[in-house]
Amino acid sequence: MVGKNIFSSAVLVSLVLIAAAPFDISAADAPSKSVILSTTTSTQDSGLLDVLVPLFEKKSGYSVKTISVGTGQALELAARGEADVALVHAPVLEKKYVADGKLVNRRLVMYNDFIVVGPPADPAKVKSTKSSAEALKRIAAGGAGFVSRGDNSGTHNLEKSLWKTAAIEPKGAWYIESGQGMGATLGIADERGGYTITDRATYLAFQKRLALVILLEGDKPLLNIYSVMEVNPANGQRINTVGGKAFADFMVGPDAQGAIEKFGAEKYGRALFTPAAGKREEEIGG
Amino acid sequence: MAETILELKNIVVRHGETIALRVPSLGVAQGEVLAVIGPNGAGKSTLLRVMGLLERPAEGEVYFRGRAVADADTLALRRRMASVFQEPLLLAATVYDNATLGLRLRGFDRRAIERRVAPWLERLGITHLVKRPARSLSGGEAQRTSLARALALDPELLLLDEPFSALDPPTRDGLILDLEKILRDTGITTVFVTHDRDEAGMLGERIAVLIGGGLLQVGAAAEVFAQPVDESVAGFVGVETRLPGVVESVGEGLAQIALDGRAIEVVGDFQIGERVIVCLRPEDVTLGSPHGDGVKSSARNRLAARVAKINPWGFHYRVALDCGGARLVALVTRPSFVDLGLREGEEVMASFKATAVHVIRRK
Amino acid sequence: MELLWEGIKHALAALLAGDREVIDITLLSLRISGAATLISLLLGVPLGIAIAQSRFPGRNLVASLVNTGMGLPPVVVGLFVSILLWRNGPLGFLELLYTPAAMISAQVIIAFPIVAGLTMSAFQTLDPKLGLQLLGIGASKPQLLWLLCKEAKLPLLAAVMAGFGGVISEVGASMMVGGNIRGQTRVLTTATVLETGKGNFEIAIALGLILLALTFAVNLLLTYIQQREQIRWPRPS
Repeated sequence: MVGKNIFSSAVLVSLVLIAAAPFDISAADAPSKSVILSTTTSTQDSGLLDVLVPLFEKKSGYSVKTISVGTGQALELAARGEADVALVHAPVLEKKYVADGKLVNRRLVMYNDFIVVGPPADPAKVKSTKSSAEALKRIAAGGAGFVSRGDNSGTHNLEKSLWKTAAIEPKGAWYIESGQGMGATLGIADERGGYTITDRATYLAFQKRLALVILLEGDKPLLNIYSVMEVNPANGQRINTVGGKAFADFMVGPDAQGAIEKFGAEKYGRALFTPAAGKREEEIGG
Repeated sequence: MAETILELKNIVVRHGETIALRVPSLGVAQGEVLAVIGPNGAGKSTLLRVMGLLERPAEGEVYFRGRAVADADTLALRRRMASVFQEPLLLAATVYDNATLGLRLRGFDRRAIERRVAPWLERLGITHLVKRPARSLSGGEAQRTSLARALALDPELLLLDEPFSALDPPTRDGLILDLEKILRDTGITTVFVTHDRDEAGMLGERIAVLIGGGLLQVGAAAEVFAQPVDESVAGFVGVETRLPGVVESVGEGLAQIALDGRAIEVVGDFQIGERVIVCLRPEDVTLGSPHGDGVKSSARNRLAARVAKINPWGFHYRVALDCGGARLVALVTRPSFVDLGLREGEEVMASFKATAVHVIRRK
Repeated sequence: MELLWEGIKHALAALLAGDREVIDITLLSLRISGAATLISLLLGVPLGIAIAQSRFPGRNLVASLVNTGMGLPPVVVGLFVSILLWRNGPLGFLELLYTPAAMISAQVIIAFPIVAGLTMSAFQTLDPKLGLQLLGIGASKPQLLWLLCKEAKLPLLAAVMAGFGGVISEVGASMMVGGNIRGQTRVLTTATVLETGKGNFEIAIALGLILLALTFAVNLLLTYIQQREQIRWPRPS
C-alpha cells in the first residue's frame, strides 16, 4: 500500500543513478577509443603489460581494457568478438582458432621458457636428464609427485604436449591437478615435495618462498611462445578492428620489442622475455 | 439543529470477494457520541476506517461537513480527525514524544505543542510519566497516552476502535469513567466501536448495530436495547428470549399471540394472522413457584416452564427454561435464587408484563 | 606472522606516503560499493516495507524471491550480468561492460535482496496496525515511511550493514563485470587477488588490511547510529 508508489519512484531514481555513474571513470571513453585486450593471468602477473600498455596508450590515444583470464577464456572471448585483440601463449590452441578463421593475423611477439622444478633432493633424478620427455618419464616411473595446472591454460597445454611426446598418460595418485594459477600450483608442489612445470617468470617471483629448485631448462619443447592475434570483424558486433590492429602492430613494433628486451633485467638479473617479432617459430630457441 | 460532521452514503466496502460493509446512510452529528456495536467480524473496524478516510470504499461517498471528500483532500481532512485503536500502538520513544506526535506531524512549534498537550496529560493523569519510555508503561497507561495523543489534536471527530478491549476490568472501568467525563465536558464528536453492550450503553448516546457488514439499526440506546428491529439485532443486544408466534386476536391496544399452544398478551397494534417474534429481555422475566404462592404481580403473562439450565452470571443467575419446547431465559438475583431454591429439572412459573414484551414482525 | 607485519607496514606506508594507486583503489571500492548499497536501500527498503505491511496479489511469491535472492552466489550474478552486457549480448548496446557502472549494477543485484529481505523481517516485527494508527494521527505517506523506519531503526541499520558488507567484500562479480582494469575498475578485492596471484603477498595483505579497516570504520559509524539512545527500563510486570 504505502510502499508501492515509493518503490516505483525509487526504481526510477536508481536507474538514473546507475546510468549517470557519477564518477569520471564510467563508460566515459568513446567506444572507438577503447580497445579490449584479452590475455592470460600469467602475462598480466608478470607485470610486463603494466609497462607496455601505458606506452601504447600514450602513443596512440587509445584506452586499453586488459582482461586477464585463463587462456581458454581469453581465446573464447576474442573468438566471440568480446575482445578486440588477444595476446596469449598457447600455439596449438591459437592455430586452431586461426584455422577456424576466428582470429587472424597471428604474429609472434616474444617468448620465455618453462622450467622443470622439483625438490632439492630430486628423487626422480631429473637433474641428470637432458630432455623434458626423459625427465617426465623418470618422474612418472619414480612415483615422485607431479602437480599439474589442470586448467587448460597455456602452461597446462604445454605440459600436456610434453606428456604426449613422452608417450605417457599421466594418471595415478602421484599426478595431481591443482586447477589453479601458477603461484598456487608451485605452492602445492613445494608443500608435497613434488615436481612441476612452471614459467620462469612466476618461479622467479615466488622463489624466495619455495624450496623447489630448477632441475631442467633450455629444452626446446619448453619454450613458451607469445603471439598477438586480431579479431575477425565477423565474430560479432562493435569490434574495434582498427584499435585492435593498432595494438597488435604496436606489440611487434620497435618500441614494444625494445621494452620487452629490457623488462625484468634489473630485478632478476636477466630479462624475463625474449623479443621475437618477425621471427618464425622454428627459428626460436635454436 | 446540530451540523452533521460526517456522513456516509451508499457505502460498500469489498474485501476480496465478500462485501465487508454496506451502509446506505449514516450520519454523525456535531457533539454526539455514536457507539457502533456488533459481533466480531461485523465490519465495525472497517466502518471506522472508512470514516477516518483510512480505507477507500468500493462504492459510495463520504461527506465531511457537507462536502464530498475528494482524494486530494484526504490528508487535510484526516488531520482534522484522530483515531485511537485497541492497542495503544505507541512508538519507541517517551510518553511525551508519543503524546505530541500528532502535533509534531502537523508542524506546530515547541511552545504551541506544550500548551496544547499539557492539559490533556493532566486530565488523563499521566503527567508524571512524561519522560518514561513507552515500552515501560502498563496497558492502561499506554492507552491513556494514546488517548492524550488523539485529544491533544482537538479533533473535529474522534474515532475510537474498541479502545478498552485489551485492558483488564479495573483499568477498563477507570478509563471508561474518565473518558465519559471528558466527552461530556468537551462535547467532542465521537464515534466509538465496541463489542461490549455495556460500554456502548455507558458512553453512547446513539447506538448503531452492525451485523455481518450491514447496518441494521440506529437509534437511542434505550430504544435499540429494548426494541431491536429484528432477530439478529435482538440476539446481539441481549434479548435472549425470542419466540415465534401468530397474532390471534386484537383489541384495546392489546393483542393475543399464540405461541405454540400458549397465549400471551402484548401491547401494540397488530393484524390478526400476523406472524411475529415475541422478544423478552432476561431481566424482565420473573420466576415464581408453580402453584401460585399468593404473590401478586402485575404480570399478566404466566407460563409454566421447567428449569433446563442454571448458570452463574456475575452477581445473578441466568436460568434457561424449557416452556413446552420454547426457550425462555430469565435473570434471577441471588437472593431470589436462594429463596426459590431453584434446581435444574424443577417446574416453575415464568411471568412477565405485557409492556415488557417487544414484538418483531417477521418478514 | 612476519608476513602479516610486513603487510601492516606496507599498508601504512602506502597510505601515509599517499600512494596514488592504493588511494584510488580504496576510493573506488568505497564509491562503487557505497553507491550500490545506497541504490539497494532506495529499492530494497520500500519493497521490504510493502511486503511486510501490505497484502497485494503475488505477495508471497515476491517474498520468496527476495529470500532466495539473499543467497545468490555473487560469482553467478557476475557471470549472468557479464553475459547480458557482452557486446553481443542483449544489453551490449549499453557498452557498460568493464566499467564501474557495470560493477555497481552487479553489486546492486547482490545487495538489494539482502536489504529487502532484512527490511521485510524488520518491519514484520512491527505491529501491522502501527501504520494505520500513524495515518490516523495525521501522518502523510512520507512521514509514515520515516516514522516506521525510525521504529525499525535497529534491524534496518543491520540490513544496511549486511548489504554493504556483502558487496564491499565480494570479488567474483566485480572481477567478471569489471575486469580489474588498472585505474578504471580495480578495487580492493580484485587488486588483492591480483597481487596474490603475482606472489606479492605483502601488498596483498596490505590491501586486505585496508579493506578490513574500511569495512570496520563504516560499520563502526552505522553501529553507533543504531545503538544510540537505547535506554533499558525495567518493564512493569
